[in-house]
Amino acid sequence: MTSATPAIRLTGLTKTFGSVNAVDQLDLEIGEGEFFSMLGPSGSGKTTVLRLIAGFELPTSGTVELQGVDVTHRAPFDRDVNTVFQDYALFPHMTVLENVAYGLRVRGVGRAERAERAEAALASVALAGFGGRKPSQLSGGQRQRVALARATVVQPKVLLLDEPLGALDLKLREQMQVELKELQRSLGITFIFVTHDQEEALTLSDRIAVFNHGHIEQLGTPTEIYEAPSSPFVASFVGTSNIFDPSEAERMLGRTSTVSIRPEKIALHTPASKPAAGTVSLPGTISEVIYLGTSTRILVELEGGKRLTVLEQNASSRSALDRRGEMVHARFASADLVALEPVAA
Amino acid sequence: MTSTPTTARAGDSLTESPARKVSVFLSQHARVRLGLLLSAPLFWLGLVYIAALAALLITAFWTVDSFTGQVQTTWTLDNIITVLTGSLYQTVTLRTVGVALLVTIVDILVALPIAFFMAKVASPRLQRILVIAVLMPLWASYLVKVYAWRSVLSQGGIAEWIAQPFGGSSPGYGLPATIITLAYLWLPYVILPIYAGLERVPNSLLEASSDLGAKTWRTLGSVVLPMLWPAIIAGSIFSFSLSLGDYITVNIVGGANQLLGNLVYTNVGAANNLPLAAAIALIPIAIMVVYLTAARRTGALNNL
Repeated sequence: MTSATPAIRLTGLTKTFGSVNAVDQLDLEIGEGEFFSMLGPSGSGKTTVLRLIAGFELPTSGTVELQGVDVTHRAPFDRDVNTVFQDYALFPHMTVLENVAYGLRVRGVGRAERAERAEAALASVALAGFGGRKPSQLSGGQRQRVALARATVVQPKVLLLDEPLGALDLKLREQMQVELKELQRSLGITFIFVTHDQEEALTLSDRIAVFNHGHIEQLGTPTEIYEAPSSPFVASFVGTSNIFDPSEAERMLGRTSTVSIRPEKIALHTPASKPAAGTVSLPGTISEVIYLGTSTRILVELEGGKRLTVLEQNASSRSALDRRGEMVHARFASADLVALEPVAA
Repeated sequence: MTSTPTTARAGDSLTESPARKVSVFLSQHARVRLGLLLSAPLFWLGLVYIAALAALLITAFWTVDSFTGQVQTTWTLDNIITVLTGSLYQTVTLRTVGVALLVTIVDILVALPIAFFMAKVASPRLQRILVIAVLMPLWASYLVKVYAWRSVLSQGGIAEWIAQPFGGSSPGYGLPATIITLAYLWLPYVILPIYAGLERVPNSLLEASSDLGAKTWRTLGSVVLPMLWPAIIAGSIFSFSLSLGDYITVNIVGGANQLLGNLVYTNVGAANNLPLAAAIALIPIAIMVVYLTAARRTGALNNL
């Protein structure tokens, strides 16, 4: 980490609900101006960590520091962080402008100044002129932007985003991803982004923490997380992986530990062709072909029953469907195999 | 039918049955379906409800032969004028409205924290228990509850026993006792709509308000109360209108005080003047019309 004080420092953070450890002894530092994603399946504790940072939950033990200041026991209204909620949480009885200006009003900013700043915030999310409407008159994407404007107009040090794109359709989600990234660059503040969508996390983040069962399974840049997953969980949760358990690895690949290979690193060849040096060649039969538009996913049943997922780019328009039952050799460079930590316990 | 164990195919037997024919007919004729669905409730609403009210309205414009005591169906505005100008009726109307308003205010003030605790603080299990606890008094007879309050407020009763160490005394029988008892009687009707209203305020809104820097009271004032306004109005309609019409409670714990209900009661009974009683009964109706119109103005009824 950099020598400067991190925007957020979590130390030994634990949150227990009944007998369940939602967050278990978490240590984490998030840098100033970083776009940081917390990725994990539902129930992995990522949202709880966000709520602990925002102050909606108090930790069972451990501390939360904001720019070097311990805020563990401060109420949400005493913390310089703001949240964009999953359901946007816009106040239905207020207009869009009143919603955006709410944080300023509470801080005692004068009427003229807060109207001006709220208008500017609305303009920054391309909603100039929408101030007079009620939230119920806006589309999902527009509500999302209002929530963003409302949270950023008070100039927080850290912006927390709780699955903010979850309710949007695919096209809008992709567009909002770009806008979020641009907003984060222009504001220059730390974004902490909670998502269960691995693609979203990979696209947006400077760094990703992959959560599982209340602890961080792996922490790293998107490239590190995708190219070098550290555990079978990360390998299968982030993207698709073909995982060989130790016995399979030993039998087929001559390795002693659990290894994985990404589907796009595997190529299918006819049995007659010769494998290049340094490649692994596994004979099998194509059992299923799934057309995905830009690519085709092919399931290959290897000799011995192990199934491989292979991803082929659709370069030609050759129909792949009739390849079912074809005998092939699945080949990949042995350097592309990633060794995974054995599953604990 | 033969006694063969194999049953006829389901489809075959169904096409035969008259019930199926009716169902098919109904599913093809939406208007008939609607008519059958609505005729019974509309009959009830039209005849029993509206007709009774209309009869009351009409009776108010009739008069009573003071000699024979028979209702005469000659049209007159005398009853209405008497009720509007008589100082007795004006005083009692003001007293009744005052009591109803105070009962409503007390109920709202008591109901708000209880409903808030039920909806936002209590665990789901405790929430269920509290809903039952709030509803429980409704299982007991109205009269029993009012007499219970009579005993509480009596000389040497529980109220005196509690208040004495602090230098206070029981309010005794009178208008304060009436307000306390009515507020107790109608409290469930005020708690439940406010509780339901709070249930519809998502927790994330409270969190968002706090997140944006609002302290607890600010959140209550700027977010919770405005959103709760329709529910509070709904609850107040119950407590206000029920208080306007009550005459038993004030008879039991109100001392010598009379409310509009008592005037109606004596005019129907002792005075045998049904038209005047009907005219008096129009007062609370008129007040409620004004009250509902005012509530409508605030937009509170749009969200009910």
